[in-house]
Amino acid sequence: MTLRIFIADDEGPARERIRELLQDIAAEMPTEIVGEARHGLEAIELVPKSRAQVLLLDIEMPGMRGLEVARHLAGLENGPAVVFITAHDKHAVEAFELNALDYLLKPVRATRLAAALKKASSAGAPAEERLAGAQSEAREYLSVTERHRIVLVPVRDIVFLRAEQKYVTLRTRNRTHLIEEPLITLESEFAKRFIRIHRNCLVAREAIRGFERAAPSADEPHWLVVLEGIEERLPVSRRQWPLLRELVADQK
Amino acid sequence: MPSIRQNDSSDLLPDFRNLAVIARVLVAVNAIALAGAIYAVPNVRGAIERFIEDAAFLEPLLFIEITVLFILSRQLGRLSYAAGCVASVAIVAVLAAGYEAGVASLSKTTAMTFRGALFAAVLAAVLLGYFRLFVKAYSPALAEARLQALQSRIRPHFLFNSLNVVLALIRRDPKRAERTLEDLADLFRSLMGDARDFVRLSDEITLLERYAEIEQLRLGERLRITWELDAAPSDALLPPLILQPLLENAVYHGVEPSTEVGDVLVRIERRGDRVLARIENATIEAGAERPGNRMAMENIRERLALFFDAEARMDVRVQHGRYRVEIEIPYLTQARRAA
Repeated sequence: MTLRIFIADDEGPARERIRELLQDIAAEMPTEIVGEARHGLEAIELVPKSRAQVLLLDIEMPGMRGLEVARHLAGLENGPAVVFITAHDKHAVEAFELNALDYLLKPVRATRLAAALKKASSAGAPAEERLAGAQSEAREYLSVTERHRIVLVPVRDIVFLRAEQKYVTLRTRNRTHLIEEPLITLESEFAKRFIRIHRNCLVAREAIRGFERAAPSADEPHWLVVLEGIEERLPVSRRQWPLLRELVADQK
Repeated sequence: MPSIRQNDSSDLLPDFRNLAVIARVLVAVNAIALAGAIYAVPNVRGAIERFIEDAAFLEPLLFIEITVLFILSRQLGRLSYAAGCVASVAIVAVLAAGYEAGVASLSKTTAMTFRGALFAAVLAAVLLGYFRLFVKAYSPALAEARLQALQSRIRPHFLFNSLNVVLALIRRDPKRAERTLEDLADLFRSLMGDARDFVRLSDEITLLERYAEIEQLRLGERLRITWELDAAPSDALLPPLILQPLLENAVYHGVEPSTEVGDVLVRIERRGDRVLARIENATIEAGAERPGNRMAMENIRERLALFFDAEARMDVRVQHGRYRVEIEIPYLTQARRAA
């Protein structure tokens, strides 16, 4: 059976080399190239429609780095298995080992490539948790997976994240999305950017414009966050108030 | 080849035209005068008054001495180390005696010519000893800087990616593959060469072009380098591998992480007695930057200091979306050094 392969690498000669190697091992491991991408964002756009079974993914790409690409793709139904490729990134290699992710070193050897493909074809897409474990820095995007499409939302555009039953509502200035990640993991990943104002809500620090007292009719007096570019006011819990007040005092 | 090898330079007179040498002499002499004043007068205020008084006498002499040594530095440099030392000490002593006599005749006091000359001679000898020790103390640093230069220069990322480029070329364009390997060999030869010898600017520029050619193959149209080298003095001498790491940095931080075309500017020119090199790239939007820039920059700064002391300048500036590194060194040539 022919294996459908997608190649993502920003360097033309590197993609060419992979194509050559795939030809060389064709007798042993028949493959078909169903797509190529020159940077991370292009991979996110093209891979879902390609029906690729294995993605050969360079980790040092402009636009979006390989590990993050893989994390966004992990939400796909029947997503591809991923084999990472790196020229030299000691930290990445350690992280791959630790999280049992497959990788190849550049320059790639034909025999290694064949072995990796064999393994990948039976393994299927890597679990999101393992990818998350291997990525040390925070993501630049959050993603919403539709059937054959991945919608990326830049983290820097997000104004707040609010947990609502099963989902987390993600609010940018002009849109609302639902994502399926727990608020607590988002909080620790993006601690630099967001601050908790309530048990169920994280707000972008730089979007905070000020605080307002809630209408006196409320049972207990409490405070509301005023946000840049959004009408909605969000309640601050009593527990978080001292922390926020300090933060605002620091800014002044 | 001229070099800054310790065996040669510890037995060389200090360069009396070097700003840092002059500064050290000024500081040392004044410090000794201050110590003398504190020793002679028991209270602080008195000591300071005494020091100011002494300085008024001392400073003009010091400037005369430094100026004369500055003018004669080349002649002195041609003597053997021992003869040079004797001559320097003698010049200092004679000038001090003359100055002492001059001041005494003006102020109608008794001249203490011999005492003045002796004092100046002892001080000069001590300072020469200090400079010799100073150079010796620095030589292990030289060896280390060389090692460091080596290690931080070979960015493994570049090596493996370049090898990958060659592998990709071998079947389609074997001639090109051969040339690329030759370029790589040249690059690594100079990376592994003796980091203590000066090199000619023209050789350094060739190296830049070899490096650029490899990167061009790898990155294709994403890399666009503008060369402004018409005013570059090809005979200028500079420490090896000062420019190539800067270009590599520009590519690594300014071109590779971007999906757009990355512009890099390389401009080298002579301005009077100085050589100016500027390497510039567009900065990348926040979030996509790569870490690990400071080490390479520190390394270059340190090596410039080892070669030129205070006479080299390195400036890093981020402005209007451009990241700009500028280096300024004295215009040295083989002919000028030999003169």
